[in-house]
Amino acid sequence: MIELTNITKRFGAFAALDGVDLKIADGELLALLGPSGSGKTTLLRIIAGLDWPDGGEVSFDGENALARGAGERQVGFVFQHYALFRHMTVFENVAFGLRVKPRAIRKDEAGIRARVKELLDLVQLDWLADRYPSQLSGGQRQRIALARALATEPRILLLDEPFGALDAEVRKELRRWLRSLHEEINVTSVFVTHDQEEALEVANRVVVMDKGKIEQIGTPGDVYDYPATAFVHGFIGESVVLPVNVAEGRVWIGDQPLNITAPNVGGPSKLYVRRHDMQVGFESIGLRGAVRHVRSFGAIQRADIAVCAGGSETVIEIDTPRDHALRTGETVELHPRRYRIFAD
Amino acid sequence: MISESAIAYQVGQAGARSERWLVRVVIIGLTMLFLTVFVVLPLIMVFAQALAHGVAAYLAALVEPEALAAIKLTLAVAAISVGLNLVFGLIAAWAVAKFEFPGKTLLITLIDLPFSVSPVISGLVFVLLFGAQGYFGAWLQSHDIQILFAVPGIALATTFVTFPFVSRALIPLMLEQGTLEEEAALSLGASGLQTFFRVTLPNIKWGVLYGVLLCNARAMGEFGAVSVVSGHIRGETNTMPLLVEILYNEYQFVPAFAVASLLALLALITLIAKTILERHLDEGTTSP
Repeated sequence: MIELTNITKRFGAFAALDGVDLKIADGELLALLGPSGSGKTTLLRIIAGLDWPDGGEVSFDGENALARGAGERQVGFVFQHYALFRHMTVFENVAFGLRVKPRAIRKDEAGIRARVKELLDLVQLDWLADRYPSQLSGGQRQRIALARALATEPRILLLDEPFGALDAEVRKELRRWLRSLHEEINVTSVFVTHDQEEALEVANRVVVMDKGKIEQIGTPGDVYDYPATAFVHGFIGESVVLPVNVAEGRVWIGDQPLNITAPNVGGPSKLYVRRHDMQVGFESIGLRGAVRHVRSFGAIQRADIAVCAGGSETVIEIDTPRDHALRTGETVELHPRRYRIFAD
Repeated sequence: MISESAIAYQVGQAGARSERWLVRVVIIGLTMLFLTVFVVLPLIMVFAQALAHGVAAYLAALVEPEALAAIKLTLAVAAISVGLNLVFGLIAAWAVAKFEFPGKTLLITLIDLPFSVSPVISGLVFVLLFGAQGYFGAWLQSHDIQILFAVPGIALATTFVTFPFVSRALIPLMLEQGTLEEEAALSLGASGLQTFFRVTLPNIKWGVLYGVLLCNARAMGEFGAVSVVSGHIRGETNTMPLLVEILYNEYQFVPAFAVASLLALLALITLIAKTILERHLDEGTTSP
């Protein structure tokens, strides 16, 4: 198990990490998800030993990892831009980690060949062994980078935006492939991404980060259905957001009371509703809006609906079934099937 | 029917085309003329003068003891200063390209200093430091160490003048390549030395050769700084460029141009090697 305790890291005045605690269980596939600048890559590099925290502790199976350099931590690191050794063949790239081991524990040449072959088979690229990195496609390079990182049987595999430099098709394919590879070899893996779809689809557990702090840790289902903070609700999935005011347990939008409850919240707040949870005209909770614009395509129609909130007006975009026709200009009742209210 | 304006347009276009053609011919012609007068003709003249009294006289001039001593000294000094600058250049380029530290811009400026200072001044600096009236002069004399008017002084001055070549060849290359491959090597368990010899050095080897080549050409050809510190002791502290001047001043044209022809040959070889290396360098910078 890998344990991070109260990790802090500053770059000048900028706090890249601000008191991060995280436990990574053996064999899990964990995603660090957040916008750029949220500290996720810095956290990954600290686990790898490529960066050092200003404060806090990192332990691998109870041992202090900060006392060890990157080379002694037995981590495999996969870079966004591959970082393959450009002057070596694919074979030599994968063999590198095996060749630089101290003589006493180094495999002999036949052993190295066998291991590299095994890894190239694993990433299904054994036919590229004699090529140079510049002769490979992006997807192939990343798979070779992965094979190289796995060669020394690391105790943890760290991937920094592994699919970030690839185009959409290859990305989807590699995503599925990584998932099945993890099921096959079951090495503890942490990958960094800013793409929520990638995190939700690939990981067993998702760590959502923002501004150097962890906002929520949970299964993909948890972070999507039960976002812990306004940031997570807004960052993951599509949300409709309305400004409200909560006073003595009652929720007001402008001077209009809403028939919903908001326990544990008070004062100016935001009402968050998943876009697919916002329905039009089923029952009234006192939330009304004016249809501004309607577009239809496929089985749905998408409408811009203006909701008066106090003095200002918020336009929200929602999807409704086509059989429930909306006309521009009409006033409709809005009903959130599920909602969350977070104080500002 | 073709309207008048269309014809005028076509004529205008043809005019513009011939004008562009004329401009091209003039510019290319001027460049060729300039190169012929200032580069090709002098080069031919050097060899023509050297061989003016035949091949035998040319070869005889080169095996004169004085000429041989100058050639040996030049090779020795070049070997020392290229060796030193290879090490210094690698270290300086490594520091600039792979680390962030305060004063980095100042360091880069300082590396370029020998290019912007007149070689004579560079030589004078060493006279001020190590000459009889210099800061270390008395101490050196009392310990019987000869720096000025001897090989150490010539090597020092040459090293100073040629300092920027290796680091200047490497800094842009190493900056472009970044530190990712080194980080990958470290995370795979490589030590610092293994990382340097297996990853960094193979990536910059063409740049290193390029820098060494230019450094060597300048080290062998350096006149100004060496002239100040050499003392012009015949057969002892005269490098090839210094000998060329002395012989020329003594109206010994064949020997002067014979030695000069060796330097010219060095220049030609350097030029060819440089072209080949540049091709390899272009390959090296296309990242995987």
